[in-house]
Amino acid sequence: LKALVSIKRVIDYTVKVRVRPDKLGVIKDNVKHSCNPFDEIAVEQAVRMKEKKLVGEIVAVSIGGPKSVEVLRGSALALGVDRAIHVKLPSDNDDVESLAVAKILHKIAEKEKPDVILTGKQAIDDDSCAVPQMLAGLLGWSQATFISELEVAGKTAKICRETDAGMQRLEVSLPSVISCDLRLNEPRYAKLPEIMKAKKKPLQEITADSLGVSTQPKIQILEVADPPTRAAGRKVKTVEELITKLKTEAKVI
Amino acid sequence: GINAEYMGVGRARFTSYATLPQEYKAIRDMSRQFAEQELFPIAAEVDVQHKFPAEAVKKLGELGLMGVAVSQEYGGAGMDYLAYAIAMEEISRGCASTGVIMSVNNSLYSTPVDKYATHEQKLQFLTPFASGKQLGCFGLTEPGNGSDAGAANTTARLDGNEWVLNGTKSWITNAHEADVAIVFATTDKSLKHKGISAFLVPTKTPGFSLGNKEDKLGIRGSSTANLIMENCRIPKDYLLGKPGYGFKIAMSTLDAGRIGIAGQALGIAQASLDIAAKYSLERKAFGNTIAKLYAIQLKLSQMASKLEAARLLTWKAAIAKDRGDDFTQAAAMAKLNASEAATFCAHQAIQILGGMGYVSDMPAERYYRDARITEIYEGTSEIQHLVIANNLLKDYGSTNVKVPAAPHSAKARATD
Repeated sequence: LKALVSIKRVIDYTVKVRVRPDKLGVIKDNVKHSCNPFDEIAVEQAVRMKEKKLVGEIVAVSIGGPKSVEVLRGSALALGVDRAIHVKLPSDNDDVESLAVAKILHKIAEKEKPDVILTGKQAIDDDSCAVPQMLAGLLGWSQATFISELEVAGKTAKICRETDAGMQRLEVSLPSVISCDLRLNEPRYAKLPEIMKAKKKPLQEITADSLGVSTQPKIQILEVADPPTRAAGRKVKTVEELITKLKTEAKVI
Repeated sequence: GINAEYMGVGRARFTSYATLPQEYKAIRDMSRQFAEQELFPIAAEVDVQHKFPAEAVKKLGELGLMGVAVSQEYGGAGMDYLAYAIAMEEISRGCASTGVIMSVNNSLYSTPVDKYATHEQKLQFLTPFASGKQLGCFGLTEPGNGSDAGAANTTARLDGNEWVLNGTKSWITNAHEADVAIVFATTDKSLKHKGISAFLVPTKTPGFSLGNKEDKLGIRGSSTANLIMENCRIPKDYLLGKPGYGFKIAMSTLDAGRIGIAGQALGIAQASLDIAAKYSLERKAFGNTIAKLYAIQLKLSQMASKLEAARLLTWKAAIAKDRGDDFTQAAAMAKLNASEAATFCAHQAIQILGGMGYVSDMPAERYYRDARITEIYEGTSEIQHLVIANNLLKDYGSTNVKVPAAPHSAKARATD
């Protein structure tokens, strides 16, 4: 089987994100970035499948500015991915909307012909949680999202999804788009010799234009603002008082 | 090594983490993640129980961190000393005991074997060690001579096809876990330091025994003990390098070791700064966080400045070594400044934390105890000053540096 893994360079989860002065985005300059944690889980899963000989070749793809090369080398090639494709955007500050990402990945999938496409369930910067689903739709493939378990056997895969209603066990036929959730696996550390080998692995640079996909936004951002600061919690003395406050003050029931 | 690629390119990039090439960032990220996830949780236990962090050391080996600068041909990671220094800092930030265990195996054991051993010796004495499967140690110091390394009392006598070693080495890190010790012994005391040779001594050799573990102030997870040799017989070809070259091997090895220890000290210093800065942003006094007080800001500024200066000196020494340049002076400056930065930062961290810095609920007291040894081992600060001054005076003695003429010349006084 051939695996295509899609990864994204995002602001590191430890950073306290701040709104840009023009209020049209967040400050990204001189801010620590790293591979989207859920995408690291997807890479780890692909590598484990390769170690079990379920997968023969792993190709990683990332859509982003020049510095996305760092996550392709450091978080994909250095962990066992065979080669990488960088869909290069002009600047590290450029954003691409979910549908455009899905279309780009669609074009790449048409060329690479993978049997599984693995990616994180969502990117921790915009939390769109839309690309895997859109991609499956464009490809006409099955989709397995928010997975915490994955067992590939020939032409099908047994998966377990974590949903708000509980765990859902499904069987999907390959090829499939799979999005990975937190408890699927624990990513390994990159070994030093692998970090060195990653420098020599093939990394191809292309543009969205060359795939015939437009990255022109269809959504205009009007304003980005901090969420309201959390007010202190309040203690109540009785259940009745709680219900009253939930009705009249919080207005949630 | 990887640094070779950047020889012609602007090395001005090598002054901050943000401007380092990608693979150094990757090493830093990986070691940092390892320290936060694997070492933060165990460091206190390692210290309190004087417990060798066996599982962490095993993982370090699997990740290639026990032989960072050894070529992949001999089981190492095939990287360079800059990568090693960066990794040392991150690992030591998590646990200084783990850091010194890593440093001794890398710099004091693997580096001299890599540099001076024959190919056959490397297969036996380097490959399993650089890959972390076995552990090495470095036996130079003796009860009668520490700084005075040329006055070795341990003897080696050639008897047929074997060397017979007699003597005691003291203060040896990794003594209790090492599979092989590099032992410096004299074959002819009359030749003084030119009579010293280096020997590869498997610790299971009959006649080789260990003293009790020292009860140390800090870095308690690493074992420190005497190596005792009583008619300890090793094969003739366990001589490392040429006969009489022992002192040279020891000195060049210590130069490299100083970069590793500088890295360890930087890690302790950074950990101290981290905890002090974060605490100052939370702790309130006089109606505001103590971070608003100049007294605290002054301390933090001094800590950060000394740390940053020491880091740049360390990277400079590592880059010089990787380039093949003479790096003795740079390494001595790095070790001297990094160790003093560590003790300063750890001291001030306790001061900023106040009472909380004095109790084991916070790691500041451990950093204070761990930091102290960095000014002593692998060359005391006094020895570093000696090395630096000697090199400096040699330079001044061999060049004619112009200085301004005396100010009370008639010319300066003339008013017409």
